[in-house]
Amino acid sequence: MPAAAETIDTVRDVTEASYKWGFESQIEQDIIPKGLDEDVIRLISAKKGEPGWLLEWRLKAFRAWQAMEPPRWAAVSHPPIDFQDISYYAAPKQKAAPKSLDEIDPELLRTYEKLGIPLKEQERLAGVAVDAVFDSVSVATTFKEKLAEAGVIFCSFSEAVREHQELVRRYLGSVVPAADNFYAALNSAVFSDGSFVYVPRGVRCPMELSTYFRINARNTGQFERTLIIAEPGSYVSYLEGCTAPMRDENQLHAAVVELIALDEATIKYSTVQNWYPGDAEGRGGIYNFVTKRGACRGAKSKISWTQVETGSAITWKYPSCILQGEGSVGEFYSVAITNNRQQADTGTKMIHLGRDTRSTIVSKGISAGQGQNTYRGLVRIMPKADRARNFTQCDSLLIGDRCGAHTVPYIESRNPTAKVEHEATTSRIAEDQLFYCRQRGLSEEEAVGLIVNGFCREVLAVLPMEFAVEAQKLLAISLEGSVG
Amino acid sequence: MSAMLKIEGLEASVEGKAVLKGIDLAVPAGEVHAIMGPNGSGKSTLGYVLAGREGYEVTGGSVTFRGEDLLAMEPEDRAAAGLFLAFQYPVELPGVGNANFLRQALNALRRKRGEPELDAMQFLKLVRGKMKALGMTEEMLKRFVNVGFSGGEKKRNEILQMAVLEPAFCILDETDSGLDIDALKIVADGVNALRAPERGMLVITHYQRLLTYIVPDRVHVLLGGRIVRSGGPELALELEEKGYGELQQAA
Repeated sequence: MPAAAETIDTVRDVTEASYKWGFESQIEQDIIPKGLDEDVIRLISAKKGEPGWLLEWRLKAFRAWQAMEPPRWAAVSHPPIDFQDISYYAAPKQKAAPKSLDEIDPELLRTYEKLGIPLKEQERLAGVAVDAVFDSVSVATTFKEKLAEAGVIFCSFSEAVREHQELVRRYLGSVVPAADNFYAALNSAVFSDGSFVYVPRGVRCPMELSTYFRINARNTGQFERTLIIAEPGSYVSYLEGCTAPMRDENQLHAAVVELIALDEATIKYSTVQNWYPGDAEGRGGIYNFVTKRGACRGAKSKISWTQVETGSAITWKYPSCILQGEGSVGEFYSVAITNNRQQADTGTKMIHLGRDTRSTIVSKGISAGQGQNTYRGLVRIMPKADRARNFTQCDSLLIGDRCGAHTVPYIESRNPTAKVEHEATTSRIAEDQLFYCRQRGLSEEEAVGLIVNGFCREVLAVLPMEFAVEAQKLLAISLEGSVG
Repeated sequence: MSAMLKIEGLEASVEGKAVLKGIDLAVPAGEVHAIMGPNGSGKSTLGYVLAGREGYEVTGGSVTFRGEDLLAMEPEDRAAAGLFLAFQYPVELPGVGNANFLRQALNALRRKRGEPELDAMQFLKLVRGKMKALGMTEEMLKRFVNVGFSGGEKKRNEILQMAVLEPAFCILDETDSGLDIDALKIVADGVNALRAPERGMLVITHYQRLLTYIVPDRVHVLLGGRIVRSGGPELALELEEKGYGELQQAA
């Protein structure tokens, strides 16, 4: 099936699914007021029909959170967030949904056009309540059947709690403890939904898993929770996000992602994050405070994070690897763009516990407009991590003279046999490069896109094919108007 | 017949300093004109002004290219109109594949001209033929634009771009600099292959050497921001013999 048709079908499924959720009805939206206390958490848990242990887990997280302070060490600034002024349940998206594309920011629509997104899809991305005619043959269903044949479980977090309780109970919070940090604790207390993946022993997941194809994935709200478990010898590639800017009224997003790779298992986790970045003056935009962590528990296991971050007003995100299993491998490939007034403080942590563990960090930060881009990374080699290796490369590209790039690498080595390498560069898109491209017929925007894509090449090269092409377009679009 | 490129009283300054002080020059289609002159006479500035580089401020005069006001156009529109500048120092684009760059440039020009774009296969077929003629290996397509290229490779790459983009008018800015005699011959062959009744060329050079291989129809001597003498190909030989000294005194 051609990609466009496939997309449209999926969109229909997604739309249909959101209407199926009884608790998203208008009445209940009115019932749940803003604010957060134990009663709200009990209510969330009750609405989802959760078992008692999960409610207890949420409450424990909430109590821990109450005693915590928001982190202040990141190089981002924003007004204090009033956590009592947020509705932690219900679906504000539907209440605020525009009735047609006419009500959408034309700038956003122009971007969709450039990305070549079909009309139906545009409506979904822009949050328009789509009256889709539902197709009886659903892509998502065939997709699920194929996965079931392989024994792979891929479902919403809520469904996993109902259907695979023992797995959720065993692994939830085992990588990111409920009270790990301020935002993780908040997420643990109030998370609404998310994704769950389980790949059995020795199974190579027959396709790239994407939230795109999972019907209940939309409208999971501000506090998403993802848990991926790869049994020994298995392989899974997971794609998160979609490659067009999503309109979203939620100001604060605080997701948690936990990955567990057992012996010789590999998890590849790719993200294209393009939430609404706010306008050129810095009004609006998403605060994206995410905790992502993977545990390489088994020998020779591997976790690879790839991220292309072009959206959000503020990004606070450090996908990390705990390299516990002997010979396990952690990778982090990142492109982060900040344009206009965007701020990003992002990087990774590689914690080497086991012998012969290896990690690679390739970070590409691009700053334009008045954007501020910080790479913050930690490489920690623990005493037992004999012969551990790390290679870090941090490159910054500046466009214009009002933006900033900052690199904050922490290296802690407690094992004399370890080898840690760090390389960093900062460069600028030079006038002669732009002129050279323009003399050959490329517009200034095309030239910037070309040069930026060249700069990000090593990261784009490790993105799954489906993502790579659109990610390239997205990079160019994110930087529109940044020159001249 | 009216000239393809017509420059009248062109004055330009760089960083507030007058460099071109009234250039008059007309190049008809089908002709190759050479601009010769010592360092600092304004040769490269002329090339950049014609191509529309930022920082080169036109303070007087006019340039008409194929009947249009060239100076009013953005650099990329000048390229689309058919103007090509082979750089004296081709610029490096790290991470940008040479083939990708050239195809994007070609398709950008084709889009602007309302022609269909070439897909990867069509493009490769086109570029392979051109490379063979220039003695270039296909490996150069896979490398990043000009990154790690030798001086000769960079210049050949410029000529390859020219051959693929097929501009109506070529400006070659000191294409001979940094080339040994074998590379010079290959580059000159490439340029000569592009000589055509509908195409004009402006060859900027310090030395007569290049003009042995690319024989011009006219030679102009640029000194102190003005064209002080014009003549046939024999003028280049005369300059080679006598140097610019005599003319400098006269100017």
